Amino acid sequence: MANIKVDGQLVEVPDYYTLMQAAEAAGAEIPRFCYHERLSVAGNCRMCLVEVKGGPPKPQASCAMGVKDLRPGPNGEPPEIFTNTPMVKKAREGVMEFLLINHPLDCPICDQGGECDLQDQAMAYGVDKNRFAENKRAVEDKYLGPLVKTSMNRCIHCTRCVRFTTEVAGITEMGLTGRGEDAEITSYLERALSSELQGNVIDLCPVGALTSKPYAFHARPWELVKTETIDVMDAVGSNIRVDSRGREVMRILPRVNEAINEEWISDKTRFIWDGLKSQRLDRPYVRSGGKLKPASWDEAFSAIAKAIKASGGGNRVGAIAGDLASVEDMYALKALMTSLGSGMTDSRPAMSGIDPSMPRSAYIFNPTIAGIEEADAILIVGANPRKEAALVNARIRKAWRAKSTPIAVIGDQADLTYDYEYLGNGFATLADLATGKGAFAEVLAKATKPLIIVGEGAVSHGAAKSKQIGRDTIALAARLATGANVAEGWNGFALLHNAAGRVGGLDIGFVPHNGGVCSADQIGLAGDGKLDVLFLLGADEYDMSAMGKAFVVYVGTHGDAGAHRADVILPSATYTEKSGTYVNTEGRVQMAERAVFPPGDAKEDWAIFRALSSVLARPLPFNSLSQLRAAIYAEFPHLGRIDQIAARSVDDVRKLAGATVKTKTATFASPVSDFYLTNPIARASATMGECAALQAGLRQAAE
Amino acid sequence: MSVRRLADEALQPATFAFTKENQAWAEKKMAEYPPGRQQSAVIPVLFRAQQQQGWVSRAAIETVARLLDMPYIRVLEVATFYTQFLLRPVGTVAHIQVCGTTPCMLRGAEDLRHVCERRINHEAFETNADGTLSWEEVECLGACVNAPLVMIGSDTYEDLTPESFEAILEEFAAGKGSSVKPGPQIVRQFAAAEGGQTTLLEKPTATRTYKPFPPPPAPADAPAAAPAPAAAPAAAKVEEAAPTKPGRKRGDVPEEAAPALKEPRLAPKASVEKAESERSKADAEAKADGKPNKAMRDDATGAESPAGKIDAGKAPGKPRGKKGSV
Repeated sequence: MANIKVDGQLVEVPDYYTLMQAAEAAGAEIPRFCYHERLSVAGNCRMCLVEVKGGPPKPQASCAMGVKDLRPGPNGEPPEIFTNTPMVKKAREGVMEFLLINHPLDCPICDQGGECDLQDQAMAYGVDKNRFAENKRAVEDKYLGPLVKTSMNRCIHCTRCVRFTTEVAGITEMGLTGRGEDAEITSYLERALSSELQGNVIDLCPVGALTSKPYAFHARPWELVKTETIDVMDAVGSNIRVDSRGREVMRILPRVNEAINEEWISDKTRFIWDGLKSQRLDRPYVRSGGKLKPASWDEAFSAIAKAIKASGGGNRVGAIAGDLASVEDMYALKALMTSLGSGMTDSRPAMSGIDPSMPRSAYIFNPTIAGIEEADAILIVGANPRKEAALVNARIRKAWRAKSTPIAVIGDQADLTYDYEYLGNGFATLADLATGKGAFAEVLAKATKPLIIVGEGAVSHGAAKSKQIGRDTIALAARLATGANVAEGWNGFALLHNAAGRVGGLDIGFVPHNGGVCSADQIGLAGDGKLDVLFLLGADEYDMSAMGKAFVVYVGTHGDAGAHRADVILPSATYTEKSGTYVNTEGRVQMAERAVFPPGDAKEDWAIFRALSSVLARPLPFNSLSQLRAAIYAEFPHLGRIDQIAARSVDDVRKLAGATVKTKTATFASPVSDFYLTNPIARASATMGECAALQAGLRQAAE
Repeated sequence: MSVRRLADEALQPATFAFTKENQAWAEKKMAEYPPGRQQSAVIPVLFRAQQQQGWVSRAAIETVARLLDMPYIRVLEVATFYTQFLLRPVGTVAHIQVCGTTPCMLRGAEDLRHVCERRINHEAFETNADGTLSWEEVECLGACVNAPLVMIGSDTYEDLTPESFEAILEEFAAGKGSSVKPGPQIVRQFAAAEGGQTTLLEKPTATRTYKPFPPPPAPADAPAAAPAPAAAPAAAKVEEAAPTKPGRKRGDVPEEAAPALKEPRLAPKASVEKAESERSKADAEAKADGKPNKAMRDDATGAESPAGKIDAGKAPGKPRGKKGSV
């Protein structure tokens, strides 16, 4: 700790603090452009100048000078800095004047207007005069891909974007070329950026040089209604803010949550919003004569009631929940199925090794996302975290950069933005590792905090394979995670889901019970004519052609695979249109809020099931969302504790490790082949389609 | 200087590879740095590529990046930062760098530039008709004594006149560049005075004779202070010879020391009226009225801004206007 006086106020701060951090600890605000607490220090904007007592007779950049760089006074007094003296004021005004020399006066047509650091700081720290009578410089706009729009005249060369893409995103594609007045920010030969986190440079840019291409000229920040909610594009549960105007979602921005997404979000999270407006199901449809025809809610319900009556109920009615279903939706559907006497419910992908009998520790990311930074050895099994959970990957990269954590991969050999040891892609490799064979086995055995990330691709092997592979993978991973040297209280078994609804579904027991069977078997039974009615709750990732003559009820939002197969379509609400609980892959319970209303006749999912239950003369015991939640919390108390992870035990993982392994061979592959097209909303989004096409190399990068 | 970009794609060769010697040289250069820090060799290696190819192509940048295990953009940053890297094809025989910094400019560098413009191409970096020569203007080449000068390859050609420079160009254009002697193109040894020595011409008259160190004086002879009387006349002599005295005549000042004194009544080369009108025009454009800009000063209160006039100074925190005017 070090003592320092800021504007006469004595504060005690850690000695690794910079002057800027010390000043903030003392409550003094320091303007800055290039400094960002999650990036390396550049010190090139000079906006953060302060006066150092007894130092050189010139202002110092506070972001780049450490507290321990200062000398004490002649009699051992603590060093002293000032942030409000005439010298500092003059320095800030001077820096601001120079920054504005080449900055265009186009705020009225700039998308950053209203939320621009330069605009705000020019108001707060600048002067209202300009002594510059020469021509301003002009810079050509650069192409950076379909997501980031550039207006390089506005660039002030803070290099935040260069540092972000290099350090956090892990792609070294951006740089500052030229020098002096001719300095320019660009990507190499103006190729599109290849990162799935590139949208964050839009937030980082302190001016309007990098703005959102899809959002360009759509809205002004002050006319948007901001709703703080949760993202469902992956199982990370990033904290987001949905900005809407009227009935439209205009854009999506990240919120800071140190435990989950820090302050980044993936491009899929950020740019998905145009998918919320296209391909929407806005009224019920009923299939008659082989064609889906618009219908009223009553007609749709009576068609379903007829089909259920004909089936006789019980286990001849099934239900599969998709990737984006919230806890409330699934609970309501499960209650409906129970009232029909059916135990045929499942929210897992085909042939998942996660057994309903397993404890909660078997299907969550036990060490937590923030815990990745503590791990001292990481093994990734059958997952491509860069595509399945971009922010988990960013955390792994952060840990790797900070302390070169040894990382090994069994599965796809993909570019994960960090170095890793590639062990193979087969089950045998994992089995060898578990028996202590190989160099990495020693690393894992010595590790006190080993982290074993098991991807969904390692647990679910598709309808053609057996469930035993997944179970055995879990057992072996649990064995590796509970070695002899593991520190007390560390639980290194981490299951990385790739669907936001999965953990919630497993938590409320949306799995086969009372004689029910899993999703793949339900579809198989439907194909054999042994299952008559199948509810699909936004489930589009299954084999729609194998359902035979079953009467399929699709409750969902977009005209995707499920809707094409459906006999009755019931339009429901997306994650921005309903309040719903989601449990992320860590087991953290989070609440998403409604930002806009569903389009047309679409209703919230739980309300659809409640209404349907009345038509079936088996009314569910809740009439409002709060009653529904009360019922959920009574049955599953941990779901009521928002933003918390229910206590979990290492002993459960030890028990899993004891299971006998029967599998001999299998291959692990990531289930996500295209990052941009993993769910119905993304598939309806033109922006995501463009990104996917670009990534597939179908389009030339240059425009 | 202007924005530096890679040459047009049509000019870019498909590949670049170091010759065997250059590859070995580059690897030796990389080995000078600790393992993992081989990227520090980027500037010499890239310059070697330029020497081999004549300029830095995209393929060369990418080859160097792969050799040093660097991202392409990092090498591009270096290549665009330093103007010594030529990013487009230049003359195959010679690329002439004409120094245009002040000493050379005063000594006629602009005439050399005109020769280039006439003889090679009107535009810098463009080649002549057969593609053998090109030119550019560069900053100080560090031989100001022998100004003006040009640099071709790693040799400088100094003390040029338009005629001698053109003759050199002819030689290079004819492919006989190696026959031109680098260095001063007049009678001069390196940076020594033009036409031979002008100072230190007389033979030194002082001779050095060996004097043994005087032995320490005997304690008995202490009062005999021999050097003291000799010092007084020496001091008087110095006073007599002092060259500058308050009442000296003007003509005594040598011309080299103050050339302006010799021609005080000649017409001024710059027009005072013109300079004044330019200044006042610039002032008017910048809205400077000759008074110090109050708003920029430490003691600025904000009262100087027009806002104080708009609301007659009623805004809170602003100095109030006169009572009668409110």
